[in-house]
Amino acid sequence: MDGDTLLDQVERAERALVDASRRSVRTDGDRPDTQERTVQDDFDAIIAAEQKIEPRDWMPDAYRRTLIRQIAQHAHSEIIGMQPEGNWISRAPSLKRKAILLAKVQDEAGHGLYLYAAAETLGIGRDELVAMLLEGRQKYSSIFNYPTLTWADIGAIGWLVDGAAIVNQVPLCRCSYGPYARAMIRICKEESFHQRQGFEILFTLSHGTPGQRDMAQDAVNRWWYPSLAMFGPPDADSTHSEQSMAWGIKRFGNDDLRQRFVDMCVPQAEVLGLTLPDDGLRWDADRDRYAFTPPDFDELARVIRGDGPCNRQRLAHRRRAQDEGAWVREAAAAHAAKRSGGTP
Amino acid sequence: MSDWPLWEVFVRPRRGLAHTHVGSLHASDAETALHNARDVYTRRQEGLSIWVVPAAMITASSPDEKDEFFDPAADKAYRHPTFYDVPEGTKHL
Repeated sequence: MDGDTLLDQVERAERALVDASRRSVRTDGDRPDTQERTVQDDFDAIIAAEQKIEPRDWMPDAYRRTLIRQIAQHAHSEIIGMQPEGNWISRAPSLKRKAILLAKVQDEAGHGLYLYAAAETLGIGRDELVAMLLEGRQKYSSIFNYPTLTWADIGAIGWLVDGAAIVNQVPLCRCSYGPYARAMIRICKEESFHQRQGFEILFTLSHGTPGQRDMAQDAVNRWWYPSLAMFGPPDADSTHSEQSMAWGIKRFGNDDLRQRFVDMCVPQAEVLGLTLPDDGLRWDADRDRYAFTPPDFDELARVIRGDGPCNRQRLAHRRRAQDEGAWVREAAAAHAAKRSGGTP
Repeated sequence: MSDWPLWEVFVRPRRGLAHTHVGSLHASDAETALHNARDVYTRRQEGLSIWVVPAAMITASSPDEKDEFFDPAADKAYRHPTFYDVPEGTKHL
């Protein structure tokens, strides 16, 4: 990250994808003629050349399973992530803020759908993915289990939660699986307004009345650590990291990405005139980075296990939406059947 | 031959890029369409993968209704990052 915008980084990732597509992949191999080249060799060569694996290519089962788990979790997060923000649509302080928030929540729905479609290219069905979310067999990001208590939380989510998501997601634009990488490029481009609108909300509040300023500070105090926890456990305790790195699904470790996020946020907090709730936060000249107090990983584990402030509420709401939307799906099927002259 | 269905042809030019529309052809069935698409559209190794889709299966928006169809997005400048003021000196936003 060289002091540039999100969009610059996404454009570089997109260029890298095009450049890599021009390189030829070594398919002759360097093995003796007596040994036959395997599909695994081809797969490894494609990964080594930084090219993309496409849906009909051979891939190891574990690679497929890892991608399904990760893309589905990502899709579920976009969908569940509509809830904390949707909470404030009816109470946005102005028509302008309301229109913006609506547009943002619409984007989250769209991003969830791009990702479900990318997961489906791996041979899993949409119904199955939704069922796994509703039955708690697949996860979504722990961050969405925290409540949005005031309007300032919408600002803090845009600035911190979307900011952290972006730091996580920009490297995914370079993921080795083509459909996921292409979906992430599209998502990151659209996402670029989310963080800015959050920052603008907080800037407006922090330069408003003392009460508005306090509300902004309170929101930042509550969202800072849950946002830091979004990068996952420390690398040493991260179960999936190493293999995902080798497969080119993941590009950087959790600790590295968390550090990048902190380094980005500290100067931005100064512009906002707000403080970050960490007494241990200071510039570390030796490392040329900020030193900070890590999040409470026990809390993260608890929230992931299901014991966050809003876990039950989020899933219950999603299940209710699924049940209450059943008549819409049935009506659509009946309408399609009627038009084609058949039966549903 | 005009009785044969029309197939739209999509080619993935290189690994990592999405399939893009390159043209169409008539063929009696899907498999023939695929072989013909290879001969018509990838004689110079233009692609790694081809999709053929029956043209009749494509539902397209009508050019006459373009305005009403796409209008809803026209007045939503706030979907673009440039809509927001970023204070001077703010980085990585």
